[in-house]
Amino acid sequence: MQPGDLIASDQGARPGSASDIAEAWAVLAEVMDPEVPVVSVVDLGIVREVDWQQGHVHLVVTPTYSGCPATEVIEDDIRQALEQAGFATPNLERRLTPAWNTDLITAQGRERLRAYGIAPPVGSSSKRSLLGESTAICCPQCNSSNTELLSQFGSTACKALYRCRDCLEPFDYFKCI
Amino acid sequence: MNDDLIQYLLRLGDTALIQGQRLCEWCGNAPALEEELALMNVGLDLVGQARNWLEYAAELLNDGRTADDLAFGRDERSFRNLLLVEQPNGDYAVTMTKQFLYDAWHFDVLQQLCNSSDERIAGIAAKALKEVTYHLRRSGEWIQRLGDGTEESHARMLAAIEQVWRFTVELGAADETEQRLAAAGIAADHDKAANAWLAEVTQIFTLATLPVPSPANYFYLSGRKGLHTEHLGFILAEMQYLPRTYPNATW
Ligand SMILES: [Zn+2]
Repeated sequence: MQPGDLIASDQGARPGSASDIAEAWAVLAEVMDPEVPVVSVVDLGIVREVDWQQGHVHLVVTPTYSGCPATEVIEDDIRQALEQAGFATPNLERRLTPAWNTDLITAQGRERLRAYGIAPPVGSSSKRSLLGESTAICCPQCNSSNTELLSQFGSTACKALYRCRDCLEPFDYFKCI
Repeated sequence: MNDDLIQYLLRLGDTALIQGQRLCEWCGNAPALEEELALMNVGLDLVGQARNWLEYAAELLNDGRTADDLAFGRDERSFRNLLLVEQPNGDYAVTMTKQFLYDAWHFDVLQQLCNSSDERIAGIAAKALKEVTYHLRRSGEWIQRLGDGTEESHARMLAAIEQVWRFTVELGAADETEQRLAAAGIAADHDKAANAWLAEVTQIFTLATLPVPSPANYFYLSGRKGLHTEHLGFILAEMQYLPRTYPNATW
């Protein structure tokens, strides 16, 4: 590659400021998860860092599950949203470490999940409650804690399937990981 | 050491990939909707983990091949998966027995790999361990339900164990590659993993009122060396058909 190519391909480079970072976060707060369109990538806690590197906005994104088929879609959506907001060639870095966990879902994210009909994760992912019987999961429809597990595996990798014994509605639970 | 590491990554990645591919054969055929969802979720986790391992292997190989090329462009003799996971699904007892025997081993290996001196390995393992914790819990519950279920389900579990147990010989001991990597703090201690595996299997089989067979005997095939049973070729034929017929196809 000629030095000239580098310069030509990096015409969008410019110095970034604190307000650029703040604006990038604001843009990201509007990028919704394709499978749960009420929570943003910020609500989910999958954007781990935003900074400015070599003239471009730089993000660290972490997948929820190893095989999450939405990972690429989410990255494309993020890139597109940032470009539309005027950030030239955003630099997305996918990082596995430290592994994403459900503790990273924000309070707002949890409330939005509940309002959408998905019970948010209960308890802390750091506690080894994974192998024991889970604590009571409240029905997102009627808030009853009289619920039962139908299957640890639900409609997507991140969810388990529950049923409410009071209102009898089945519902998804965003399981602790 | 690099060659050892590549071999090791292929073993982890190919085993996850072939187990995932086998599970996907249940798509549209599972006995209940919840089971179908669970099987596909587990399969998807494993395919994702396989991609993480194979991406790392591809980088170390550094010959221009990607993780996809490794998955879809290699022949049987180049695959390094455990023989256990290439065995046919059979009935639900066979499917769950294979899954459980693999999960119990996988869980301990990943636990150890979380402390690997290779940060990339530790990162992939930490992610995968969260997923495999759910896999093991589920398959262990199925073994108990089927083993300690009806006369019919108990008989089928005995038949399933009889059918696949001999392939567990590969879970039993480390080879030189694994020993060298373990000594360097990179790979899991596979002798330790074998002990943890047997303890887990004994515990669950006992709860399931199933006898634990005596240790499997050595036989001439070895997934680690690319010497597979006849079944792998059929899996690859299906899995690799599209990329081989339409190279570079995208969607
Ligand atoms: Zn309810």
